[in-house]
Amino acid sequence: MEIIKDLPEVFQEFAEQRRNSFLAVKKIKEEGIPVVGAYCTYFPQEIAMAAGAATVGLCSTSDETIGEAEKDLPRNLCPLIKSSYGFAKTDKCPFFYFSDVVVGETTCDGKKKMYEYMSEFKDVFLMELPNTQGEEALKLWKSEVIRFKEYLEEKFQTEITEEKLREAVKLQNAVRRSMKSLYQVMKHDPAPVKGYDLFKVLYGSTFKFNKEVIPAEMEAIAKKIEEEYAAGKMEEKRPRILITGCPIGGATEKVIAAVEDNGGIVTAFENCTGAKTYDRLVDEDAEDIYQAIAERYLSVGCSVMAPNPNRFELLGRMIEEYKIDGVVEMTLSACHTYNLETRKVRKFVTEEKHIPYMSVETDYSREDIGQLNTRIAAFLEML
Amino acid sequence: MYFTGIDIGSTCAKLAVMDEEKRLILKHVQPTGWSSVDTAASIYDRMKSRGIDLEESVCVATGYGRISVPYADKTVTEITCHGKGAVWIHDCKTGMVIDIGGQDTKVIRLENGQVKDFVMNDKCSAGTGRFLEVMANSMALSPDQLCALAASGGGVTISSMCTVFAESEVISLIGRGEKRENIAYAVAESIVNKVVSLASRLSTGEGPVCLTGGLCECDYIRKILGEKLRCGVIASPEGRYAGAIGAALTAAEYGMRKRGK
Repeated sequence: MEIIKDLPEVFQEFAEQRRNSFLAVKKIKEEGIPVVGAYCTYFPQEIAMAAGAATVGLCSTSDETIGEAEKDLPRNLCPLIKSSYGFAKTDKCPFFYFSDVVVGETTCDGKKKMYEYMSEFKDVFLMELPNTQGEEALKLWKSEVIRFKEYLEEKFQTEITEEKLREAVKLQNAVRRSMKSLYQVMKHDPAPVKGYDLFKVLYGSTFKFNKEVIPAEMEAIAKKIEEEYAAGKMEEKRPRILITGCPIGGATEKVIAAVEDNGGIVTAFENCTGAKTYDRLVDEDAEDIYQAIAERYLSVGCSVMAPNPNRFELLGRMIEEYKIDGVVEMTLSACHTYNLETRKVRKFVTEEKHIPYMSVETDYSREDIGQLNTRIAAFLEML
Repeated sequence: MYFTGIDIGSTCAKLAVMDEEKRLILKHVQPTGWSSVDTAASIYDRMKSRGIDLEESVCVATGYGRISVPYADKTVTEITCHGKGAVWIHDCKTGMVIDIGGQDTKVIRLENGQVKDFVMNDKCSAGTGRFLEVMANSMALSPDQLCALAASGGGVTISSMCTVFAESEVISLIGRGEKRENIAYAVAESIVNKVVSLASRLSTGEGPVCLTGGLCECDYIRKILGEKLRCGVIASPEGRYAGAIGAALTAAEYGMRKRGK
């Protein structure tokens, strides 16, 4: 596949992908394809894909419906949960509206209680995600994956055959590999493109329903970036920042903007929009494919796990591979698990990796843009 | 050639002007007022009246109003400036800087004259100058008077971290007939405890603790800060100008670099 358009145009297109997919989801429904909505990186997409369903991420990213959500939920709750619940309740999110079922996991306390309330007005399938990653936890998680498969078979009156599932695994692995090949262009120093542009593609691509086209498209974009880089087109040399922490998208993109507007460049995302979602593959050749799927998903390094070694393994690896000068952690206010884990991340980054670290706590409002800019600018001045 | 630093904070705007030998030849403080643009203009006029030709100077602006200084050649954050300013004032390259500002309190770790790490208060005015100002107002005192009174008080605590709730606590203490010095003591304790908890988030290191910002001349605050941090806290009357001095030093570096080119 050859990318004919210019890169800025490609980036812009991905920035608009979420909105454009509002129409696509309606079309899919009209074609009779079921839609499974999900909120989390732990959601085993392959099961839904093998059931012939389209999958879509439902995490809301604006403060538009937070007021409505606060009628039912406490104010001092994470904005992602409040906003997601608000969009669901007010039926303002087309993806939610068209989802036949919403899959939740028992990740953090806020989310699992929110799903309880959400199930009052929507079909919610709640998977019991363990908060440890040992052998017993894996057994439980595998049984949950199988329970989810049986639920979908019943719900959509279809059979999820081993063959279909293995196909889905292969496709999803191809997507992961291609996303990785794309974000790996940022290993170049100086960086070939802005982190914000890369982010637009990472985020936008999750709203593409036709997964088959993603691998070729990502590889083509990566190739084009590489070619232009080889021809001398690149960003200025600037401090290289890795962003970690809570999921970023919509309102919280202000953190990426603050880094790049104040003289830094984001070269890596160790969060759910970035490497956390794509780094690990499912073992395609495993004898027991359910076991392989369960293993892959349970190993996601989210702060809901205690302890959470995989996050530090990935973080450490990325700091090296992407030649990171400083780590910025973004946490959402009232996200207890990530906020608590900042202490450990700070220690890891400063004492083991010997580079500066800062954490910023924010929400979906615009009121702290000034404060964010001052903190992040000061951090960059320090590097 | 002059190097000027302008620090437009939420409460006060500070000016520091240095000559080519990095000697402080002019310093000035005024309330920021409601418009930082007007404040920047009035500082401009003041410099002019003191014979400082801006054509012949490099100007760096800092503080939350730094973008409102149209004649600045460059803007730098107040964290970097306070760090540099403290190094210059105290001639200490390694240590900790605590700046209790109007709306922000910053704790900065310096190593070899560079900012190594810093923390700031989040969306909350506990432990800031504003907190002190509000409490002083409700007791019909100036912030300086409150600090002076606090030294002779004791026995009372304010538990609310929120400025609004803490103010109603103060008002009910007044209503109960509590002595003014005891309430002042409680207010000072509350601020310093919050600052200490902020400072404890930074790793401890060598060197003294320098208190800068509007409270630097408050001996009592400096004393209890030292007791709670278990180390000596140094301060200087110039500490109020640390941000502006740091900005002037940045202007000097910037000017030299430009000239070098």
